[in-house]
Amino acid sequence: MTEANWPLFEVFIRSRGGMSHRHVGSLHAVDAEMALQNARDVYTRRGEGLSIWVVPSSAIKASDPGDKEMLFEPANSKIYRHPTFYKVPKDVGHM
Amino acid sequence: MYTQGLNTKEAHSSSPADAAREARFQARIDEDEKIEPNDWMPAAYRRTLVRQISQHAHSEIVGMLPEGNWITRAPTLRRKAALLAKVQDEGGHGLYLYAAAETLDVTREELVEQLLTGKAKYSSIFNYPTLTWADIGAIGWLVDGAAIMNQIPLCRCSFGPYARAMIRICKEESFHQRQGYEIMSTLARGTPEQKSMAQDALDRWWWPSLMMFGPSDKESQHSDTSMRWKIKRFSNDDLRQKFVDATVPQGHALGLVFPDAQLKWNEAAARFDFGPIDWEEFRQVVSGNGPCSKDRMRARRKAHDEGAWVREAAMAHAAKLQSREVAAKLAAE
Repeated sequence: MTEANWPLFEVFIRSRGGMSHRHVGSLHAVDAEMALQNARDVYTRRGEGLSIWVVPSSAIKASDPGDKEMLFEPANSKIYRHPTFYKVPKDVGHM
Repeated sequence: MYTQGLNTKEAHSSSPADAAREARFQARIDEDEKIEPNDWMPAAYRRTLVRQISQHAHSEIVGMLPEGNWITRAPTLRRKAALLAKVQDEGGHGLYLYAAAETLDVTREELVEQLLTGKAKYSSIFNYPTLTWADIGAIGWLVDGAAIMNQIPLCRCSFGPYARAMIRICKEESFHQRQGYEIMSTLARGTPEQKSMAQDALDRWWWPSLMMFGPSDKESQHSDTSMRWKIKRFSNDDLRQKFVDATVPQGHALGLVFPDAQLKWNEAAARFDFGPIDWEEFRQVVSGNGPCSKDRMRARRKAHDEGAWVREAAMAHAAKLQSREVAAKLAAE
């Protein structure tokens, strides 16, 4: 194969006003401009979006799946970070 | 199904360290956890998925050809717009699936090359010709119907990117089968000539549609491992039976007759019994000797070759823009 590989982009779409952009998939394009056009054609054929972000996949730094426990386990025991941990007297009602 | 060509045995190699990791991996799968691209996975799991997902992608891409054949000859604007949208969807589905395969460390270019050199397989069904407009109805009703039957369980596949692609595909594909059935029912309720077109299409597409589910469970070499890995949730024969049970009443509702003298309702088993499948035909078509196999590959290669200059020009244009940007930045400094 003589052709150079096209860079990969990750596509994020805002589905409705007020929502955040959400990852929907990826595609290849020569540059960001083409990635935007292709994302429009591929990922919004049924009115799925109001706004598109494309990001070169190589720009994403991801956490190591092997570090999952070290990173996220500590939060599990910190139940006092949730409102349900605290007791409110019944007669006070909703807080 | 779209991945019928999975017929080579996997070699097994395992060190004690691998065995421990494989046990952990299997435990995660048994817990219904999703496997993501950066997670450790057995080499055979990766290979099986690359093969399965890329065959599925190739099938979507080649599957555009038999229907594309009728876009310019659709009988009405409504039919034309729907068919165009369906074929466009298939292009998109091929793309989602290639992207899912690429997360397993293969490049798009390698996958495309495997298709174009004939190394990779795609579904046998797309090697049959679309001779009349009724074939477009039969494809939507039967071929997409069979595909949906197979794809819905794939939405729960253990590999995250594949499962997510399938969810999107299933959502988009739900109109494909209905538009096909609508074509069939219009023809079946039309003039005697139209009704016989619909019947002729059913006669030609019924058996190839049943073959889409792949070899019978007695022959299928990959099923056990794929089931254990939750890549596959139902056996080929179970899915085929579900498809027959769902589809036969739909055909009868149109007043059409299935080309199978042995097809009949089995009250005791609460299912339709059907006649034997011609597996020799299946083997021939899967290994590239179908009625249109050569045409399909010729069309793919032609499109790829004739598009080469466009891909090259796009790359050159992007490089030029980038160098201009760099030059402008330097000048500004």
